[in-house]
Amino acid sequence: MLDMLVVGGGYVGLAAAVAVKQAAPHLNVEVIEAAPSGVWEKDERASAIIAAATRMLEVFGLWSEIAPDAQPINRMIVTDSRTSDPVRPVFLTFDGEVEEGRPFAHMVPNVAMVRALRGAAERLGIVIRHGLSATAFKTESTRCTVSLSDGSTVETKLLVACDGVRSKLRDMAGIRTVTWDYGQSGIVTTVAHERPHEGLAEEHFLPSGPFAILPLTNNRSSLVWTERSGEAERLVASDDLVFEEELQRRFGHKLGELQVVGGRRAFPLGLTLARAFVAPRLALAGDAAHGIHPISGQGLNLGFKDVAALAETVVEADRLGLDIGALNVLERYQSWRRFDTFRMGVTTDVLNRLFSNDITPIRIARDFGLGIVDRMPQLKNFFIDQAAGKTGESGPKLLAGQAI
Amino acid sequence: MTEAARSTIDQTEVDRFSAMAAEWWDPTGKFKPLHKFNPVRLTYIRDRVCENFGRDPRSHLPLSGLRFLDIGCGGGLLSEPIARMGATVVGADPSEKNIGIASTHAAETGTSVDYRAVTAEQLAEAGETFDVVLNMEVVEHVADVDFFMTTCAKMVRPGGLMFVATINRTLKAGALAIFAAENILRWLPRGTHQYEKLVRPEELEKPLSTSGMQIIHRTGVFFNPLQDRWNLSPDMDVNYMLLAKRQG
Repeated sequence: MLDMLVVGGGYVGLAAAVAVKQAAPHLNVEVIEAAPSGVWEKDERASAIIAAATRMLEVFGLWSEIAPDAQPINRMIVTDSRTSDPVRPVFLTFDGEVEEGRPFAHMVPNVAMVRALRGAAERLGIVIRHGLSATAFKTESTRCTVSLSDGSTVETKLLVACDGVRSKLRDMAGIRTVTWDYGQSGIVTTVAHERPHEGLAEEHFLPSGPFAILPLTNNRSSLVWTERSGEAERLVASDDLVFEEELQRRFGHKLGELQVVGGRRAFPLGLTLARAFVAPRLALAGDAAHGIHPISGQGLNLGFKDVAALAETVVEADRLGLDIGALNVLERYQSWRRFDTFRMGVTTDVLNRLFSNDITPIRIARDFGLGIVDRMPQLKNFFIDQAAGKTGESGPKLLAGQAI
Repeated sequence: MTEAARSTIDQTEVDRFSAMAAEWWDPTGKFKPLHKFNPVRLTYIRDRVCENFGRDPRSHLPLSGLRFLDIGCGGGLLSEPIARMGATVVGADPSEKNIGIASTHAAETGTSVDYRAVTAEQLAEAGETFDVVLNMEVVEHVADVDFFMTTCAKMVRPGGLMFVATINRTLKAGALAIFAAENILRWLPRGTHQYEKLVRPEELEKPLSTSGMQIIHRTGVFFNPLQDRWNLSPDMDVNYMLLAKRQG
């Protein structure tokens, strides 16, 4: 019998497996991933990683391996403007470092992160099985029997669902969600530009939604470009000339000539919050528990915070000889994460609703608001503290850079 | 009463728990308060035992090589985790039904615990000795606290420990641990505890001292409703734990 079966081999699932196995090597941990092996290498996206999540990767011994591909975000500016405005007034700036020599975030290609985590999983003896998904599971008093897509079954004490925003395990467990479709899609692509970005991240609140320019290594930037859903699909399908023309109009000219490198894809954006993060012998982590708007780049970070809290809950229970799949054990993870997630979900929701429109009184009000935010350290510090991993109460050890 | 006729068993108490035995292992059932209480008492036991015997509480199987007695083990809520931390455990309970439930569950989880339907005095008479004797949430249900403490103390090996956890006999405990827990919060079935059977720390410490045990630690345990969990606390007015050592 397995101690922990992780369904979903993305960075959240892999990190959960690594975090538990590193602290408790005697536990039998396995990961199944629906995609065939090698598909992960085709992910062209990059993610913002806050300082607290970086500390967790340091505990895993992986940061030095990821760092060459990681671009520090030295500064971030937020503007509110119409697409055609020649000069976009800056309303909010975030400078720098949560502590000496530690920027509040980095941009990391997903491939670099997944590669490092897979390597760690292999060194720790975690089996990753590809092309397999869970088709059903049955919970008994001391174990959970999971049916797999190849017709086999596997028994485990704890099942961890990291199977994304449309989590099948969550549905099978009968956990309902609160969902909201923004009617927006995020176009994700990478551009190379003439002049250096100097580690500057920009978020422009355009009428159709936020347009984010996030610095990557080698004079490249990752773009998250929000458009109303039909428009986004039309742009992604349009020919290169039209796409680059539309892109340049939004991007501006201060980094010189632009060139789209790599593919472009549109992802529908919505808010999905699971009503419960746990059930007997089941824990949801990452997007399976919460899919939020990418407006503040917090999706991956919420997932890594889940990992840190879940791993600590599981390992501490195991060190006390407790049943790691028991509902009363898992409830600690839920109470640890749910408030923080809800707060971030609501914050990003309100930001998106506030900014994705072109109604003049609202523009004036929000610009005035953003101006005030920039002058009020405590509000701005919400995002900075989130980045630093300070969440008010005592947070998980991994986010503070300590082993469990 | 002669020594031979004295017993620590109160039959009405045994019957009441047997009736509820099937629900022992449901963390959302009648024994939910005990499941909630488990992490704080297990942490206390593990950390204090590790300190006494020079073990690392974060290591795998930190209690291996130590022989534990869990007296009044009920459905095995404490015995099983202690065994999974590596200890050799004798789980003793006067109720055959509890022992049946506990053994069945241990078999399901593949945990090795020596469950016996015996009393503390039967074990002591048989000359059994242990590195650690656990008296958790038991003394408030026994008929003769002095005799029970003396009997259990006999089984502690030199250098070994005895843990006692119970509820203090104070007005605060009567209001919180009995009235509120049974009538307002409905954590416990009505009639679980009787005020006059509650035990003050000094009533435990006296028989332990006369049996050659030294009290080496005292702590209160308090429920934090905001965190929804139990924590150690200096306030011993309601729930508390005592740790006694037989010098080696």
